[in-house]
Amino acid sequence: MKATTLQHKLWMSGTGLFMCFFLIIHLLGNLQLFLPPERAREQFNWYSHLLAGNIIIEIVAYVLYASIIGHTVYAILITRKNAGANGTKYAYDKRGAASVWYSRNMGLLGTIIFLFLIIHFKDFWYQYKFTNLPLDAKGNKDLYTIVVKAYQQLWYVLVYEVALIALGFHLLHGFFSAARTLGVFHPKYVKWIKILGWIYTLVITLGFMAMPVFVYLNSLS
Amino acid sequence: MKLSLKIWRQDSFDSEGSMISYQLDDVSVNMSFLEMLDLLNETLVQKGERVIEFDHDCREGICGQCGMMINGRAHGPLSNTTTCQLHMRSFKDGDTIYVEPFRATAFPIVRDLKVDRKGFDHIIQAGGFITASTGQPPEANSILISHQVTEAAFDAAACIGCGACVATCKNSSAALFTSAKITHLALLPQGKLEAAGRVISMVDQMDAEGFGHCSNTEACEVECPQEISVLHIARMNYEYNKALVFKT
Ligand code: HEM
Ligand code: SF4
Ligand code: FES
Repeated sequence: MKATTLQHKLWMSGTGLFMCFFLIIHLLGNLQLFLPPERAREQFNWYSHLLAGNIIIEIVAYVLYASIIGHTVYAILITRKNAGANGTKYAYDKRGAASVWYSRNMGLLGTIIFLFLIIHFKDFWYQYKFTNLPLDAKGNKDLYTIVVKAYQQLWYVLVYEVALIALGFHLLHGFFSAARTLGVFHPKYVKWIKILGWIYTLVITLGFMAMPVFVYLNSLS
Repeated sequence: MKLSLKIWRQDSFDSEGSMISYQLDDVSVNMSFLEMLDLLNETLVQKGERVIEFDHDCREGICGQCGMMINGRAHGPLSNTTTCQLHMRSFKDGDTIYVEPFRATAFPIVRDLKVDRKGFDHIIQAGGFITASTGQPPEANSILISHQVTEAAFDAAACIGCGACVATCKNSSAALFTSAKITHLALLPQGKLEAAGRVISMVDQMDAEGFGHCSNTEACEVECPQEISVLHIARMNYEYNKALVFKT
């Protein structure tokens, strides 16, 4: 048996679904941003501190880093293999009529997500882990202020919204596609996976999209 | 009706090809697409030019020979239809029609619109069969199979190997073709016994032939003249994963 593209796809679906799982926790935790500002600061900083010291979260974090890297590496591998599989380009190409655009552009959507992740990690993750942030009243690192300051800039909010829309379409196809890769073939389950994929994508995407907008609008008043 | 045609001409596998323009008058709306090409070829013969070569055999939608790219779609603008079953009434007077061969690295061009689909044969040779002792045909009712199972297996077995799924796929993947054979045999008791080894060999061969992977865009099912379901791809993945886990 050889290492086939199907095996690469299995890694992509595994790492992709792990990231999907992570996004649920990430969303739930960040809901604290919707609290009134003073309570939000205390709670959010306390929560961030709690996560930073927890061994289980530590493990999840390392699996997450590995997933991002693994997913990206396999994405590059299969994309290169495809480029080799396609012969001469069609002079006139209307193949797009037979499928939805986001299913054909997972690599492009993924690249947007990847660029976004660089900004996201640099501005929050790196700041929290590797710099000496001022402390809040309870003595926890004041990540909340960093987040709010960032979302007070309109261009920053826009970058987030665009990236999250890309993530939304990536998830809409990715969640369903991962189930296919794992071999869900019974029509009954296939129908439920479609529905679940839509619910998951809407909740995650709209949930994350609301955060920068909420903080930005709050800062205006 | 009058048509402008832009058709891919290429002398042989290693020569350069290009799109050549032709003008054709007096096309009847009742002609099939292949009859329209026949008409064009007659005018070329009269002019002493080399005719446009394309594959065809049954001209009734069952042999899978007639695949070509018409106006950027596999087998033309209709879904689930072979080129021979496409008629000129699907086009308008004065239309420009682009005709190209199915393109994939694993489908080398033989000449003009003719491609070599030997990659498909190699995938079938890698495992698309059952091992059975030869001799007298066995008694038909010695293995009982329920009606639902025979029908489902037959739906999968209906693939005519035309290659439209590969041509329309952004990755030139042969997943629909390969999975149809895997489901067909995995459903039936005679095929189940060798299901694990079969799926591994056929998937390996699919890669070795240079086909791409499946992104689940589902374009193949739309273009497939036999309406082979993409759920066969899911079942192929299921069989493959099962074989990986149980190492058989
Ligand atoms: C780092 C940036 C990312 C890149 C470059 C990327 C790239 C890709 C590509 C190219 C595919 C399609 C594979 C195919 O053609 O079949 C894909 C599938 C997928 N992606 Fe991503 N992606 C990224 C981030 C993410 C994130 C953040 C998630 C989830 C939170 C995710 C979840 C998925 C899932 C579930 C699939 C489906 C796997 C399958 O079809 O089996 N991806 N990704
Ligand atoms: S699966 Fe459909 S499109 Fe693909 S070769 Fe078979 S009949 Fe043609
Ligand atoms: S010529 Fe046989 S299917 Fe078209």
